[in-house]
Amino acid sequence: MTIIITAVLFATGLGVFLAVVIGATARAFAVEIDQRVETITGMLPGVNCGGCGYAGCADFAKAIVEGRTIPSQCPVNTPVNITRIAEYLGITAGEKEKVVAVVRCSGSCAVTVRSPYNGIRDCRSAALVAGGAKGCDFGCIGFSSCARACPFNAIEIRDGLAVVHPDLCVGCGKCVDTCPKSLIVLVPATVDVHVYCNSPEKSVLKRKVCKTACIACRKCVKAADSENQMIVNGFLVATNYSNPPLPDLIEKAACPTTALRLASKHASGAYEGVLK
Amino acid sequence: MSDKPRKFKGGIHPEDSKALSASKAVQTAPLFDKYTVIVHQNIGAAPEIIVKKGDLVKKGQLLAKATGFVSVPLHSPTSGTVAAVEKCPGPTGLNVPSIEITADGQDEWCSPFEPLSDWQNIEPSILKQRVVDAGIVGMGGAGFPSHVKLSPTKPVDTLILNGAECEPYLTADHRLMIEQPDDVLIGAAILARILGLKTAVIGIEENKPDAISKLTGIAGKYNVTVQSLRVNYPQGAEKQLIYALTGREVPIGGLPMDVGCVVQNVASAAAVFDAVIKGIPSIERITTVTGEPLVNPGNWRFRIGTPISKAIELAGGVKYQPAKILLGGPMMGFAQNSLDVTVMKNTSGILLIPVEHVSQYTSEPCIRCGRCVECCPMDILPATISQAVENERFDWAEDLNVLACIECGSCSYSCPSHRPLIQQFKRAKAEIMAARRKKSKK
Repeated sequence: MTIIITAVLFATGLGVFLAVVIGATARAFAVEIDQRVETITGMLPGVNCGGCGYAGCADFAKAIVEGRTIPSQCPVNTPVNITRIAEYLGITAGEKEKVVAVVRCSGSCAVTVRSPYNGIRDCRSAALVAGGAKGCDFGCIGFSSCARACPFNAIEIRDGLAVVHPDLCVGCGKCVDTCPKSLIVLVPATVDVHVYCNSPEKSVLKRKVCKTACIACRKCVKAADSENQMIVNGFLVATNYSNPPLPDLIEKAACPTTALRLASKHASGAYEGVLK
Repeated sequence: MSDKPRKFKGGIHPEDSKALSASKAVQTAPLFDKYTVIVHQNIGAAPEIIVKKGDLVKKGQLLAKATGFVSVPLHSPTSGTVAAVEKCPGPTGLNVPSIEITADGQDEWCSPFEPLSDWQNIEPSILKQRVVDAGIVGMGGAGFPSHVKLSPTKPVDTLILNGAECEPYLTADHRLMIEQPDDVLIGAAILARILGLKTAVIGIEENKPDAISKLTGIAGKYNVTVQSLRVNYPQGAEKQLIYALTGREVPIGGLPMDVGCVVQNVASAAAVFDAVIKGIPSIERITTVTGEPLVNPGNWRFRIGTPISKAIELAGGVKYQPAKILLGGPMMGFAQNSLDVTVMKNTSGILLIPVEHVSQYTSEPCIRCGRCVECCPMDILPATISQAVENERFDWAEDLNVLACIECGSCSYSCPSHRPLIQQFKRAKAEIMAARRKKSKK
């Protein structure tokens, strides 16, 4: 009997002693948590895409509380939540221009020359073998490195070509660095007219390997409302994003190779099979 | 040197298929009407083009001048007019700057250099300058400027001539050693003089007994020793050759001169002979055109800039459609997607592979059999590195010394799961080098 009582008392005593030690240690070394950071993290999307420039949503919340950035810096968050964060902290939400990604290539399998390729299905690996086994040295390889990097499933690989869906894209920019051909750029979401070609080669060479390459015929440049809406750079034309053309330019210019496209129609596949 | 054949650790034994072209004497290709000379034919900086469209050039005239120490000049393969300076298909599949020359049929020399036939009494520095001016590169395949190796910053006691030619199918060096043994040996002696050495050793794989006996017979005259090597791929890789011949191991990230060696290809030695004794710059080379689909495989002396379509025509065309055309050998050669690609200074072979030799497979997971580890001549762990790369952990791959990989392809060849190991290592190397460049910029 005595043994049992001794054991119970000893175990209880040890328990109490350790509880006191742990309690004291926890208090002495307590990490102070700013409750506001927790609350704001709850109002953020939680995808940790890094589009704000910080290492995940919690880090971004901390930066907002410390006043290093503004709530609207998050490209993913809904306007409702951005306003809620601003009201919660009593600060202004600020304005940030919404951007979307554009893959500057329209060379799907149907319109380009390609060689058989049997290696790793990853653009960055494929680019090391004969530049991606595509006739055009500058075009989309189509092994979905960018699509895999996208946290929002906004990039679709359709017939060997990466296509961005502007309605799903939040402009986080995670895809930009994954492209070995540097085809992806972030552009203002309000602009719908883009040149889907990034090859600086001579037009003759481009036409040999791709039906939808920009051949720098300048039809779009002439049809544009003002002179510098489309910029000519060698054998390549690009949209001037600081003075963008209106969507009706597509009809006015009647691009002979359909390299000039509307992002929304490109995403829905409206240009496929147009050129025979 | 002992008479016993030597080898290194690891390696593989692929079917060598050299019988297709080994007995065919070297023929000189006729003069074609057009040559497209790729400007960047060497490892290191690309030379700077000094001709423009419409210029008249003579055979041997400078087309592009070296732009630094690790760079070589480029000379015209024939006389004619510069038709264009533009981008043309290159051996890596990308379009690269090239100089198109329309031949005038005269093939007129401009005699760029004085022959230095009395080379034994000429200053080594003058001989070395000749190697620089002649634009000689490592003709075994890498295309590393020869003169860079001849300027060691550490003491060198051994000059090794690489006559291993371990790649299956290729017989260009083999034929060179049989048909021009004196050129190779005099070239070796000149190289030795430049390095301040008295002797040189030439390593040849045992499967070329005629070349070994031919060279052994006359090598004594030039103070060169001939050493036979066991047939084992990649015996002709620089570090493996050094180990087999001297027992010295080149440290990771190091150069042959770190262990007192300089290795030059036999074809480069013959090019040195041409440059010094005859005053001819590096504008032609012996290339094996081979493969089962060809009607008449063989060895030809091509000028640089000859399109591979012409080379295939010379070999009688094809009996049936090949599945792949490679520049180089089957282990390390590059698959081509255009017949307009041209012969370069380092094109040792043009190989057509029939469809039954090209396996189109899907890769399976690693079964940890360890074959890749056993055959790796650099003693790294291909299977482990492969997993690191699949997880995009290039830092792990770097810790596992992926940068030591010589891309010989032995691991991919022996993998029963058909894993694309070499491609993964190339990716890892590219990512690591890109990260280093980024770091050094900061």
